[in-house]
Amino acid sequence: MMKRYFIHFNLCVVLCLALCLFPVQTVLAGEAQALTVSDKEDAAPDRGITINVYNWGEYIANGTDGSPDVNEEFTRRTGIRVNYTTFDSNEALYSKLVGGGADYDVIIPSDYMVSKLIDENMLAELDFSNIPNFQYIDERFKDPDYDPGSRYSVPYTWGVVGLFYNTDYIEEEITSWSALWDDRYAGKILMFDNPRDSFAIAQFMLGQSLNTTDENDWAEAAALLKQQKPLVQAYVMDRIFDKMESSEAWIAPYYSGDAAILVENSDSIQFVVPEEGTNYFVDAMCIPVTSSHKEEAEAYINFLCDPEIAGANMNYVGYSTPESAAKAYIDQEMVESPVHYPSDEILERTEVFVNLPESTAKLVDSLWAEVKMGGPGESIVLVAIILGFLGVYIAILVYKRRKRKRELA
Amino acid sequence: MKKAGARIYTFLIFLFLYAPILVLIVYSFNDTETASRTVWGGFSLRWYRKLFEDRLILEALCNTLIIAVVSAAASTVLGTMAAIGINSMKRLPRRIMMNITNFPMVNPEIVTGVSLMLLFVSAVRLLGGRSLGMGSLFAAHITFCLPYVILSVLPKLRQMDPNLYEAAQDLGCPPVRAFFKVVLPEIMPGIVTGLIMAFTLSIDDFVISYFTSGTTQTLPIYIYSMTRKRISPEINALSTVLFAVVMVLLIIINARNAKDQKRSEG
Repeated sequence: MMKRYFIHFNLCVVLCLALCLFPVQTVLAGEAQALTVSDKEDAAPDRGITINVYNWGEYIANGTDGSPDVNEEFTRRTGIRVNYTTFDSNEALYSKLVGGGADYDVIIPSDYMVSKLIDENMLAELDFSNIPNFQYIDERFKDPDYDPGSRYSVPYTWGVVGLFYNTDYIEEEITSWSALWDDRYAGKILMFDNPRDSFAIAQFMLGQSLNTTDENDWAEAAALLKQQKPLVQAYVMDRIFDKMESSEAWIAPYYSGDAAILVENSDSIQFVVPEEGTNYFVDAMCIPVTSSHKEEAEAYINFLCDPEIAGANMNYVGYSTPESAAKAYIDQEMVESPVHYPSDEILERTEVFVNLPESTAKLVDSLWAEVKMGGPGESIVLVAIILGFLGVYIAILVYKRRKRKRELA
Repeated sequence: MKKAGARIYTFLIFLFLYAPILVLIVYSFNDTETASRTVWGGFSLRWYRKLFEDRLILEALCNTLIIAVVSAAASTVLGTMAAIGINSMKRLPRRIMMNITNFPMVNPEIVTGVSLMLLFVSAVRLLGGRSLGMGSLFAAHITFCLPYVILSVLPKLRQMDPNLYEAAQDLGCPPVRAFFKVVLPEIMPGIVTGLIMAFTLSIDDFVISYFTSGTTQTLPIYIYSMTRKRISPEINALSTVLFAVVMVLLIIINARNAKDQKRSEG
């Protein structure tokens, strides 16, 4: 008996140890690859410092599919080790930073989160003498609305929101966001599952600013979204890939960099930036005030701004680079694609998110909840369900009591 | 007729249990540029190749396994000791003790996660540390695994004849040796169940780890962070590998057991 279980346990341990060995092998494999990108300098000695980097999931070249392993290359050149971890949303990043217990040196939030963190004094001012590669950043991306004067952030990637649609089912040429309100496509329309991106679409249709603080503007946009709701198949984020590819949905708004792959792989899926204008977004590198290795963090930011490295990252990630110099290292197809690099004319009509004041942010959240939950009709359903459960519970109680009485009698 | 019905029922149950895993395995071999999970594009091993090149996934996997092994082992030892202690208590204290142990299990995970995070953050600040990490993950995982181990060991202790232990001592066995020779083999099935349960719970856990991980990344957290783009079929490949390894292990163990049994019968 005992022997049997002992063997079982032993095997578990062996399995775990074996699996733990995998990374060692791949580290060795990664090193060989990194050489192709470097300037063939010798590896720098280990400085005994590890910086914590917090980035979006799948947002850096990591050595797969022939891309260089960027973090490894950084360690090789500078001797600074990188503990690289990932998040799924700006809000997750924010709660990690505020909750304490995590000590990050480099974070890569999006525009509006950068301005929120600046407002709350959570970002350290960058020392640009440690980031000489900042010179490669195009003028257009310097001094953005979310970080006036570019004191706290260095742009990493950017993109625009546009419409993806399937020409097999939608024959006309789409030029306006109003296609998402077209009842010919009822049940085949997808929308963003987050308030700001969804509201932005309604706001462009109404000709408002994305960063308005007027309550009436937001209420008007919410009304428009509620009107659209019966036509919407689902509010989704990453599921648009599956749904668009399998023709389960015909039209969907999404971030250009992520969804470009849909256009590249399908003849019938088209991308368009509607004429009303669109949201353009930037993910930017920042250093939290709590960082204990600020200089090393700046070295990391500088490294990611190196055009060669930025090019390698963009090839892997599929987003657009804010550095014209990096385009020399990016697949030509990507550089010429209007999905990745829309024309200046389109970029004229874009607006970037900035942080909303507390009261407006609360209003947006509650309006969004209303849009998604529907009106009071659905809370009646909820009450009915709860009453139903209560009824069943009481019935069981009554039945039990009767049974007991009968047994006693 | 009755038999056919029973067969169909069994078949449906197994279909329900295994169809998702089957789909997952099939799509791990899918050849597609867009990392699609619904459109079949031909057979390929590209996701397996990519998986073994991907240092981040493998590091996250390694963290997860280290945490699972350490916290399963630690919570099994602690839980077994606790169960033995609780078993020899008087009735009222035992009831109180059991209620206290059961409470974390019925407590929503999110409450456990947030409260552990608050505790750890203030503890780390007091001790002058900078960040949560492996240590806090160990502590958190051992905490939520403990009640399960206690619950699976206790029934075995209660089933056991308490006279056995005394008999061993009567026959001249010192207490510690009597424990290892008599009590431990009796309750071993419960301990192993607890161990396996703790191991799987720890590998699975997302909510509590999410709050207590600091700058350490476990596999569930890594997978979740992929959702802005899309969950890569590398994860299918990884799950398939794990599934296959576990299956092979189970088959080996069962085959050995069958052999042992035959030998002891023969």
